[in-house]
Amino acid sequence: MDDFYRDYILDHYRSPRNFGTLEQPDVAAEDVNPLCGDQIRVELKLDDGKISDVRFSGKGCAISQASTSMLLETVKGMKLTDVAQLPKDAVLENVGIGISPTRMKCAMLGLRVLKSAAIGKLADWPDEE
Amino acid sequence: MTQTLRAPFDSAHGDKSMERIIADFPILARPTSRGKRLVYLDSAATSQKPRAVIQALVDYYEQYNANIHRGVYEIAQRATDEYEHARVKLARFIGAQTSEVVWVRNTTEAINLVAYSWGDHNITAGDAILLTELEHHSDLVPWQLLAQRTGAQLRFIPVDARGIHILDDLDRLLDGCKFVAVSHVSNTLGTIAPLETIIPRAHAAGAVVLVDGAQGAPHLPLDVKALDADFYAFSGHKMLGPTGIGCLYGKRALLEAMPPFLSGGDMIRKVEYTRTTFNDPPRRFEAGTSNIADSIAFGVAADYLTALGMPWVREHERALTGYALERLAALEPRGLAIYGPRDPQRSSGVISFNFADIHPHDLASILDTEGICIRAGHHCTMPLMEKSGWSATARASFYIYNTEADVDALYEGLEKAARVFHI
Ligand SMILES: Cc1ncc(COP(=O)(O)O)c(C=O)c1O
Repeated sequence: MDDFYRDYILDHYRSPRNFGTLEQPDVAAEDVNPLCGDQIRVELKLDDGKISDVRFSGKGCAISQASTSMLLETVKGMKLTDVAQLPKDAVLENVGIGISPTRMKCAMLGLRVLKSAAIGKLADWPDEE
Repeated sequence: MTQTLRAPFDSAHGDKSMERIIADFPILARPTSRGKRLVYLDSAATSQKPRAVIQALVDYYEQYNANIHRGVYEIAQRATDEYEHARVKLARFIGAQTSEVVWVRNTTEAINLVAYSWGDHNITAGDAILLTELEHHSDLVPWQLLAQRTGAQLRFIPVDARGIHILDDLDRLLDGCKFVAVSHVSNTLGTIAPLETIIPRAHAAGAVVLVDGAQGAPHLPLDVKALDADFYAFSGHKMLGPTGIGCLYGKRALLEAMPPFLSGGDMIRKVEYTRTTFNDPPRRFEAGTSNIADSIAFGVAADYLTALGMPWVREHERALTGYALERLAALEPRGLAIYGPRDPQRSSGVISFNFADIHPHDLASILDTEGICIRAGHHCTMPLMEKSGWSATARASFYIYNTEADVDALYEGLEKAARVFHI
């Protein structure tokens, strides 16, 4: 687990990208991780069914915040219908090795909220699909 | 500073050192999957169990497993005797009469029993219920629901930034108050409540007092009669016993006046098709087949603590908390924030903290790689966290098997976390 906290993860934790809120988001969703209380809100701006801008806000551990920050860097231009299909690997490919089973929910929170925004209702946990 | 604490066992047990206590806990000899020594600093969540307690469970199931109270044959008689004898042990342990000790699953169930059985029949609209700002959800939510059912009002004894009760307004808070519920010890900050002040003043105001003893009974010498608590609730699993068993102490006169909580077999005297006369307390409150094995093993846990001596337990934890506060203070210039009382005299074996910008869950994960078990989160005290402005804290808690070596391991673990997070 200590291998997880590599420099680029800490960088995303301390300086999250796309952090904040949008003036007039087209869709948004938020959720908390019941295990530890981590909170994430994701707001999306759409253009012709594709994501044109994105922001997230929230608080929590390095895993949830860095995973969300890294995930959202990859979604601009993506179709909402594709976002709805993103698998858990969309996160795990970014954060790589070292997530222990007890912390998997922390890593999946941002993806779950992003998919919830895309489908307009609370999405399933990506690691349980 | 690093002298070994020696346990003053009575002469029948000889002079046991800390090594001998630790050797009584099989789990402490098992290395983690990374080959680390298990450094268990989460006893406020649940304690480890000594071999004698584990063996008591095995003995019951292997030697005399039978249902209690109505069996005529030998093993049923033995099961009944051991089960009732365990009640005697727990009564002695807290200074109560045997008939005042009701078996329940845990502290939470004990508190719910009082909220429904006593609360619904004594609290009415306009009454006040007084709690403190430190309460665990188990000693808060049942009273919120009681207040919703009855129209009663909830009030709170405030605590200061170190989690110490502020009693300046106590008499005003007690005015019109029918019921008071207070944690003996805060599971989040370790604060010991000033019960010797709160209970007499509550009684003077005409209120009945419940003490949530989940963190009290395991750690402090206890005499419910001297305290003059009306109800005292505690769990076996936090004091060397198994999960699934706990006790509600209630003053005899109060229990006698209370209607049943759950109903069914075992709690009755006579049943006709359309009506029932109920058993006397404590069995009036013990519907259905009891948790026989765990009750018996809980009695063995009480024996173990009695043999150690609760004054020794308290002194051991006070000294260890003092040592930990002193050691961890060295990390304060690097961003360690320690919450709760700084005087180990006022706290009981719990240290809550945050370290720089490391989230407590990340801290707990890094410590876990070194075999160190701490808890991270809101500790079932969300209102206190909100009031204090903490989204979560890390918590280390101590018990009889912890030593200065465990505190040193925690310190080293925090050093490692600082390296990982470049602090
Ligand atoms: C102060 C306090 N009250 C109540 C409880 C609830 O105990 P149990 O879960 O055994 O019912 C706890 C356990 O964490 C506690 O620390």
